[in-house]
Amino acid sequence: MGVFAEIIGILVTYVLVSNVILTQFLGLCPFIGVSKNSESAIGMGFAVTFVMTLATMFTWMLYNWLLVPAGLEFLKVISFILVIASLVQFVEMFVKKNSPALYRALGIYLPLITTNCAVMGIALLVVEVEKMSLFNSVLAGFSAGIGFLVAILLMSAIREQLEIEFVPKGLKGAPIAFISAGLMAMAFMAFDKALLMNLVG
Amino acid sequence: MKVFTKGVFRENPVFAIVLGLCPALAVTSMVWNAIGMGFGVIFVLVCSNLFISLLRNYIPDEVHIPAYIVVIASFVTVVELLMKAYLPSLAASLGIFIPLIVVNCVILGRAEAFASKNGPLDSVLDGLGMGLGFTLALIAISLVREVLGAGQITLFEQGETLVRIKLGALNDNPIRVFAFPAGALIVMGYFKSLFDNIMKRSK
Repeated sequence: MGVFAEIIGILVTYVLVSNVILTQFLGLCPFIGVSKNSESAIGMGFAVTFVMTLATMFTWMLYNWLLVPAGLEFLKVISFILVIASLVQFVEMFVKKNSPALYRALGIYLPLITTNCAVMGIALLVVEVEKMSLFNSVLAGFSAGIGFLVAILLMSAIREQLEIEFVPKGLKGAPIAFISAGLMAMAFMAFDKALLMNLVG
Repeated sequence: MKVFTKGVFRENPVFAIVLGLCPALAVTSMVWNAIGMGFGVIFVLVCSNLFISLLRNYIPDEVHIPAYIVVIASFVTVVELLMKAYLPSLAASLGIFIPLIVVNCVILGRAEAFASKNGPLDSVLDGLGMGLGFTLALIAISLVREVLGAGQITLFEQGETLVRIKLGALNDNPIRVFAFPAGALIVMGYFKSLFDNIMKRSK
């Protein structure tokens, strides 16, 4: 029960309670930039989930098995960004070679992920602030990716609807997207620590 | 001079190009955090623009992005260590957003779009202008958020204590939602709309 509750706890925390976009402000650029239609939002969401899971795993191993024993923690920024950048390159090459269908779906979003602060942010968060174990870190990376997917998918649905609704002239385009995101974040405030307590005790 | 001023207003990174949003919204619940973040970004932007512009003829084209990222990441590490040493409480409240300056698209964007094509002096001016534009945008957002959300303005830190101006009634009954993420996004939306309309008028 203990392990199970912990897993549920991490899932709920990163998907809903501290959603990367709506409560932690990580990855806002693609959130506003790529959410104009649902198809690209889903593509971006899955690409981020995929890279984020792998990135948290590799950066965790790098930090705890190499940088900490060597006393080189101050190199984390440089090494993490290089790991993430090269990981994105490898994933792109691998997917291109082995699964052309997946490449067609995710291809154009992959290069954008290098500068997505959500990936780097979660990687730093799990090793530095939360100090989780390897399994929990990978799970947190995966759930944060799912949280990103949920938020960007909801946002793209809202924006598709906004296209056909009346919007005051001065607010058309990006401003109304920000305001809708704000209202959505307000709805997500209902998911708080108390909810988690009730769920897993 | 034109190189310097365009970043402050016409091509303001936050309001006009909508780049570097994550720090712009995450750290702006206090004016002092916004100022600290702004200066961190100015420092990194000026130094990385200078170095990239000096190295622009030596970096091979195929690996220019990784090379830029390494330059930027080194300066971010410098900022992080300096802030932890001299402004510990600011460093604590900015948290992971200091190392995240490295993925701030404004910096890589300027390196790619400006410093890789122009001389060192122009690049430094461009960095200063863009950095100042970023800082002013952050201060504007944080002023609205802190005044409405907490009824106070935090100006700077003196040793362990933060120097604040408290605004009577608003301080007793603040509109808390502005201090939360939801308020930040809404404030940003109205700022963007205001900025777009001013730009349209001035054309």
